[in-house]
Amino acid sequence: MKAVDILEKAQLMERPTMRSGDTVRVHVKVREGDKERIQMYEGIVIGQHRGGASATFTVRKMSFGQGVERIFPLHSPTIAKIDVLRGAQVRRAKLYFLRDLRGKAARMKETRRTA
Amino acid sequence: MVTGIIGRKVGMTQVFLPDGTVVPATVIKAGPCVVVQAKTKQTDGYEAVQLGLVDATPSKENKATTGHFKKAGVPPTRIRREMTVKAGGDLPKAGDQILVDIFKAGEKVDVIATSRGKGFQGVVKRHGFAGGAATHGSMFHRAPGSIGASSFPSRVVKGMRAAGRMGADRVTTHNLRIVSVDAGNHLLVLRGAVPGAPNGVVIVRHALKPKKDPQPQVEKKKGKK
Repeated sequence: MKAVDILEKAQLMERPTMRSGDTVRVHVKVREGDKERIQMYEGIVIGQHRGGASATFTVRKMSFGQGVERIFPLHSPTIAKIDVLRGAQVRRAKLYFLRDLRGKAARMKETRRTA
Repeated sequence: MVTGIIGRKVGMTQVFLPDGTVVPATVIKAGPCVVVQAKTKQTDGYEAVQLGLVDATPSKENKATTGHFKKAGVPPTRIRREMTVKAGGDLPKAGDQILVDIFKAGEKVDVIATSRGKGFQGVVKRHGFAGGAATHGSMFHRAPGSIGASSFPSRVVKGMRAAGRMGADRVTTHNLRIVSVDAGNHLLVLRGAVPGAPNGVVIVRHALKPKKDPQPQVEKKKGKK
């Protein structure tokens, strides 16, 4: 095993397998002073960037009519849990076209995936 | 006490801190090293050690160098570097092992290595000259400009920066913080970048001029309004 892998393997967290188009709920740990609480962030995965411990994924949601995208490090200790809620039928890995679509046009056909 | 160790750059990755901060990190396979020769004040006029980096495959040496290793009672090593010895602790002897556990997480180190060669480069890349405007009728783009005046001094002064071979120099990066030490696998994880390409030989030593980490500014508690 390469030396970098030894270091990275210790950092990998158990995460569910996601695909582009999945609707996910990310449980983010938020620190406020001395207190820590969990904040939810729910949206559609529009892309994943693989790469060992540095893997990230992008979640897009509409917040009060405004599109919001958040890039999470997949193995970050600030992510308590990721729930995969729904899958969608998509034909590409990066769903950047969703940025130009709004409302009804941004809907996607749901797929039932065997977990 | 030996002040440093020889290693090889492995590559870069990132490390998460418990609070989620991502730290850019360079992994170095440091050691195991052996003391091939201990230099003393009586014999050499100064105190130092010659370290050898033990590789997976033993090196083939000619007869003269084999004798050098035989004297120390260590297997032949390809890469040998001299390292200074700090007062305190017992003096290193020939044949001693120097491992990565001479460092602790949180300490500051300097890393010396040969930087990547960039080939023949112009003055803009090599020396950071500003260059000229790209457009608006400018006919001066990346040229060095005037390198000496006409009548006086009527020559180019020595040391004028010019285009030429760039990189492949000995470069020292100071004050890198040690993120973690893995003594079992001889790994050293440093914060930030290290000169040279992966598999390049690096010298890691205790920082000559250690600098404190920037501390986060503590917010003053506000009184109740």
